[in-house]
Amino acid sequence: MADAAAPREPRRSVGRPGDRPGGDRRGDGRSVIGRPGVGRPGVVWALPGALFFVFFAVAPMVLVGALAFTDWDGIGTPSWTGMSNWSRLWDDPETHQAIWLSLVLTVLTWVFQTPLALLLGVWAAGRQRNRAVLSAIFFLPLLGSSVALALVWKSLLDPNFGLIADIGPALGFADGDLLGSSKGAFGAILFVTAWQFIPLHTLIYQGGARAVPRSLYDAAAIDGAGTVRQFFSITLPQLRNTIVTSSVIMVVGALTFFDTVLILTKGGPGTDTTIVPYLMYKNGFQAFDLGYASAVATILVVVATTVSLLLVRLTGFAAMRSTREGM
Amino acid sequence: MRIPRSRSRSRSRSTLRASTLAAALLLAGTALVGCGSGGPGGSDDGSLDVWVYQDASTKVQREVVKRFNKTSDIKAKLTQVPGEGYSDKMRTSMGTPNAPDVFFNWGGGSISDFVKKDMLLGLDPAMAKDPELKKAFIPTILDAGAVDGKHYGIPMRGMQPVILFYNKDVFEDAGAKPPKSWDDLLKLIDTFKGKGVTPFALAGTDAWTELMWVEYLVDRYGGAGVFRKIQSQGMAAWDDPAVLKAAQTVKDLVDRGAFGKNYKSVNYTADGASTLFAKGKAAMHLMGSWEYANQKANQPAFAKSGLGWTTFPAVPGGSGDPKSVVGNPTNYWSINAKVKGDKQKAALEFVKFAAQQDYSGDLIANGDVPATSDATSLLGKHENPDYARFQYDLVKQAPDFTLSWDQALPATYTPPLHTAVQKLFNGQLGPAAFVDALKGM
Repeated sequence: MADAAAPREPRRSVGRPGDRPGGDRRGDGRSVIGRPGVGRPGVVWALPGALFFVFFAVAPMVLVGALAFTDWDGIGTPSWTGMSNWSRLWDDPETHQAIWLSLVLTVLTWVFQTPLALLLGVWAAGRQRNRAVLSAIFFLPLLGSSVALALVWKSLLDPNFGLIADIGPALGFADGDLLGSSKGAFGAILFVTAWQFIPLHTLIYQGGARAVPRSLYDAAAIDGAGTVRQFFSITLPQLRNTIVTSSVIMVVGALTFFDTVLILTKGGPGTDTTIVPYLMYKNGFQAFDLGYASAVATILVVVATTVSLLLVRLTGFAAMRSTREGM
Repeated sequence: MRIPRSRSRSRSRSTLRASTLAAALLLAGTALVGCGSGGPGGSDDGSLDVWVYQDASTKVQREVVKRFNKTSDIKAKLTQVPGEGYSDKMRTSMGTPNAPDVFFNWGGGSISDFVKKDMLLGLDPAMAKDPELKKAFIPTILDAGAVDGKHYGIPMRGMQPVILFYNKDVFEDAGAKPPKSWDDLLKLIDTFKGKGVTPFALAGTDAWTELMWVEYLVDRYGGAGVFRKIQSQGMAAWDDPAVLKAAQTVKDLVDRGAFGKNYKSVNYTADGASTLFAKGKAAMHLMGSWEYANQKANQPAFAKSGLGWTTFPAVPGGSGDPKSVVGNPTNYWSINAKVKGDKQKAALEFVKFAAQQDYSGDLIANGDVPATSDATSLLGKHENPDYARFQYDLVKQAPDFTLSWDQALPATYTPPLHTAVQKLFNGQLGPAAFVDALKGM
């Protein structure tokens, strides 16, 4: 058995049909492993969490879905208006722009953050002391509140008194008017969110990279594989599931991004950084047009759910049993 | 989808299952109770629940509550609501049992939805019974907070007209005088541009600062009637030629460089525009009267000796009265229509305290200029009597005081109005397209 060969490795195959009865070391002789459904937590275990989820997530979501078919200004009773919010959604150029901007932001966020976080995570998974210190410093942005960080960045990007007044010319914004130009404001959001969230994903990748067994690298080294070859042939495939996890968090996060936009650009200049969550806020809590805001929110829920499900499906979550099959 | 099986096994599964179920039900029960019982607030104890926007001026309201409670059997209980979420909280509470009995608001559009649903007590009968109450306030201010010509608010804070501020030192350096006419203003733009000084500080990330320009220009071109027509007849009335003229003038000012080049990134709330102005990098600043208090807090030396103020000039060919002002006349107390009987009497007594001299005195001591018609004698006690008198006379002599459009129109119009104004200043909308955008709101 594999047990004898690698005693320190936890057994991966426990609980699979065909396992040796009484295989558990701390077994009490009355083995339950191997019989389907036994040893697995019952539905009851999920009850507290499930109820919480129903009251605070599912129920509000259903209510929002219903509100999307009404006209409601926040006081009095909502009145049914049928599809009018939806036809407005269909015709409103600001909404189209918001959906487009949200998708672009999501894709760019992924493209920008994933490679950096992956490389940093793999680097940080090393065990030298200086890496630990540097990683600790690097993870600092993760500890700040988004609002506070956005306020700091807003001061830095002030065209007259901020850092951007000095480095703006080098970036092509001679007047430091970064937040006043469509591309600059969008880029600023992309950069600030990356600066803030790459550490989180780095942490995830660091964890993933540290879990890759040493023996694989030892074997590769014996076969003559260099660092680059080891990275592409061992690290990257072994991190497959980590990439899926990190990507889902990243994509859903980018689709629902709000606080940095509110503070940094207020959706401006004009409506050029008004992404879907900000559009929802604008309609819901500035215009008090809660019916229309609910329709926007519904779109967001549907898109975010679809995208994350697709991601999981397409990247083979079903085949996610282990990346160490056969070890 | 395959769920990884747990390796943990229970000692006694049935007991565990039962206890978990119990715990879960308990938890769910607590959650339900949490939803059902009302939140904080709520005045079922017979006292008068008074809500006010919390800021530096709140101490005036704290004082008046103390004075009122000495004379009244029904006590007032003041709830200070943090500023950022005031409108949201007010809106979500109205129509619930937790709604306040008396509350602070901005008049006009901020209460028009409540008026439509008969949630507010009309104050005209009370004013008819007590003519002194109506006379106690400057009429334009009282009327600016009205909805469809009916009064629902009693002025309870300082006046906030929009004033053309200028930096005395910068003007002295350039040998310039504050503008008396539109021509002066245009010449000053060129003068300051030549000196490398931004003529007007403008916080372009906050659309409401740009809106002040549009409001004044429309008022000067077409008079206060233009906006009154929009309020009463709806968005088609934006078609007035004065609106188009104002938009063209804005474009002209932007093209001339009146606001410099990077105004699109300048903010007001983080003090960007005010600092620019106080440091002499900008010569003038069109802003609400609170700019004085703001400068006093952040640049006290400048507020004391460098800050100058004047009126917004007339425009060539404009038919509006140059004595008119725009801005926020003041804030108001409104009374919930659900308040009845003795409690209603007490609520009316409470709001009348705002008409008294000692209330005005408290406002002055706080640096505000009260909206009462007999405040003249008190103005000398203001920390800057010249400024207080200028502001008071400006408002008192104004034939019309137009409430800021984004406060006067129902909340639905605020975001599209702000977006259109910002796009006009950014050059993303031409003047004609701007008018179309407003008409399409």
